[in-house]
Amino acid sequence: MGEKALEGTKVLEYASSVSGPYCSKLLADLGAEVIKIERTGGGDEARRRGPFLNDIPNPERSGLFLYLNINKRGITLDPKTQTGRKIFLELLRWADILIEDKPPKEMEELGFTYENLKEVNPALIMTSITPFGQTGPYRDYKAYNLNLSHGAGAGYLTPGGSPNLEREPLKGGGLFDDYTAGLSAAVATLAAFYYREVSGIGQHIDASKQQSVMDYDRVELDMYPNTGVVRTRLKGKSLGGAMTRCKDGYVMPMALLGPQWDAFIDFLGNPDWGEKAESTGLTATLEPSEEFSRHLSEWMSSRTMEEVYHGAQAKRVPMAMVSSTADVMNSPQYKARGFFTEIEHPEAGRLKYPIAPYKFSETPSVVERPAPLLGQHNEEVFSRLLGYTRGDLVRMREAGII
Amino acid sequence: METNKRPLDGIRVIDFSQVWAGPYATLLLALMGAEVIKVESRKRIDGSRLSSLTTGQRFSGFDSSTVYNELNLNKMDICLDLGQPKAIELAKRLVTISDVALQNFRPGVMDRLGLGYEALSEVKPNIIYLSSSACGSTGPERAYAGYAPGFASLSGLASLTGYSDGPPFTMGGRIDLISATTSAFAIVAALNYRARTGEGQYIDLSSSESISVTIGDVLMDYTMNRRSRRRDGNHDEVMAPHNCYRCKGEDDWISIAISNDEEWRAFVNAIGNLDWARDEKFQDAFSRKQNEDELDRLISQWTINHTKYEVMDMLQKAGVAAVPSFSSEDLFNDPHLKERGFATELEHPIMGKTTVLSPPWKLSATPARITRHAPLFGEHNNYVFGELLGMSQEEIETLMEEEVIH
Repeated sequence: MGEKALEGTKVLEYASSVSGPYCSKLLADLGAEVIKIERTGGGDEARRRGPFLNDIPNPERSGLFLYLNINKRGITLDPKTQTGRKIFLELLRWADILIEDKPPKEMEELGFTYENLKEVNPALIMTSITPFGQTGPYRDYKAYNLNLSHGAGAGYLTPGGSPNLEREPLKGGGLFDDYTAGLSAAVATLAAFYYREVSGIGQHIDASKQQSVMDYDRVELDMYPNTGVVRTRLKGKSLGGAMTRCKDGYVMPMALLGPQWDAFIDFLGNPDWGEKAESTGLTATLEPSEEFSRHLSEWMSSRTMEEVYHGAQAKRVPMAMVSSTADVMNSPQYKARGFFTEIEHPEAGRLKYPIAPYKFSETPSVVERPAPLLGQHNEEVFSRLLGYTRGDLVRMREAGII
Repeated sequence: METNKRPLDGIRVIDFSQVWAGPYATLLLALMGAEVIKVESRKRIDGSRLSSLTTGQRFSGFDSSTVYNELNLNKMDICLDLGQPKAIELAKRLVTISDVALQNFRPGVMDRLGLGYEALSEVKPNIIYLSSSACGSTGPERAYAGYAPGFASLSGLASLTGYSDGPPFTMGGRIDLISATTSAFAIVAALNYRARTGEGQYIDLSSSESISVTIGDVLMDYTMNRRSRRRDGNHDEVMAPHNCYRCKGEDDWISIAISNDEEWRAFVNAIGNLDWARDEKFQDAFSRKQNEDELDRLISQWTINHTKYEVMDMLQKAGVAAVPSFSSEDLFNDPHLKERGFATELEHPIMGKTTVLSPPWKLSATPARITRHAPLFGEHNNYVFGELLGMSQEEIETLMEEEVIH
């Protein structure tokens, strides 16, 4: 052990908020060297969003920013100034991968198109993560996480099991879709980087957040062109249909196969309202009958989530409890797997962070540094990496370039 | 310059996974050029050949499932009854000529079959082996079984999704595909490591954890403030307006999100400076959030007079984030997506003409692309056992009679 999966991979991040920074965080956590460019003045948008430590807004104490930017070095730079532009291009020469999320029009105005940038660094991999991609009539349209969720068709299906269409369709919890769009772009980025390792050839990746999120629903969405069925959030057969309230929350039974269903009926104590499955294949009871559901709710109402979750699983019934974030942070399973790591940050102190959902036997995820303070690594990057003097730095700071 | 090459050309993947979460991971690799060999058998057929987990629809035979087609494009398919020792030997021989192996059995099953990481790394020392399971293969809940709704439930995401006065929602099958994308990411990272060092490795992925990382900021709220957030529809912690508003039409909605005063002023201007919009109770972010219910009601009274497309055009021109809540029908008729070539038509030998989403990213030098329909059941037995493993037709037929290749 010792070497990291992406050791020596140099990433320049010119991105803000969630999707772009999450894409490069995935690389940073596996050992890539990431230099994050923040704008002069306020820095990354995420610094102005909560949660804040003790609920007191402070750009160095945003949980969103701290989480998304561990393991990165941070600099401030205004590439719109002449010197800022020169430095950006120097960093680009250093980098293997550029991850950016600016509106296509803005990158064109800066002269930072892939065509131009590859003149500076011919083997560059440039990943552009934008709401609607680099081409097409919506390419410069704006979309926050909410708009992405709805614009990709996911919102229209949420929440499934609705009794009618009176209420508005919903986004997923938190900033879910912004994260998953960044994840999708990270797969393409590393595939392109692999290709570069074997061929020496770089390229531009146009990652449309809309298409990335749509792809997660490809099974549902493609029913329309192939069968004419338009899926909606209306109640009907759906994997989520069996959600049941219990004493202190909700549980999710998932007995999809005949033997699982029979084990479920056993777990319920073989009541006369629960019939065993007729087949051993997939059961048709993805969404149980109303009568069964009524009895099940009654049965569950005197039992706790933990009791049902562990009790059912002990009998090999696929079952989950609907964990609150407190439950997640205190999960014995997550703790046993080392899903959390404590990280010391100069402004936010020592805090527990969720890290990676995978364990690599040879190249585990690493936490080498907390998220950077605004401009924390200016001196290190500009002086040591690029060779500017302290005097240069002072003058650049005064000119608002860094 | 665009070429016919794809980024993962030359990589071979042996895929023991089934249903949704494993197959989408190898689909992404296959779109990027990896040769994916899927292992099934009559005794253990991929359930998505038979029925849809989300609609309950049953498909006739093994080769008419649209769900299977969606998740297994570009792949090859062989049938091996892994209950037989000879099949295990063949699977191992395939592993020796592969780069990646992937499986999503309940932890422990592959070890018992003799196809665990230990066994496979003996025959192929630099194999990259990924196991994906509901809770991961270590820890007290390692043997627990689950599907997509379970990952969403355990991850914390379901508790955050839904109306404030309604039940939690598990977000459907897409959760499997997100877990799968995490698997694909881990595999390409390991391929990069192997390209540099020659070393393979074992990767143990927890599907529940793969969803928890997508609510990292909400988990940080607990870490920082001991707050366990609850679901609140489309609303945001600070932004307002931040909701879906009904438009002219049937079940037609527009999502509007405004993050600062500049966008608010652009919004007010774009909707024609209506009196209510100039009220001082909406003039800064704090006030808008304070009066959000009233604000939502007033905006709806405006949007209801316009189509969702009119609202999008009007507001986007003004620099305001407004995007319809698109249905699948809307998406497949959308001029933007059409211009981007978002869908691919292909011919399936049983189903005829089918339409599937194109790869979500555009790679300029080595585009990911769809090269063929999902394999018919056992379609590549001859190629894989004959050409790749060099077995004679006679040997293959004998193994078929013995129901090893089955």
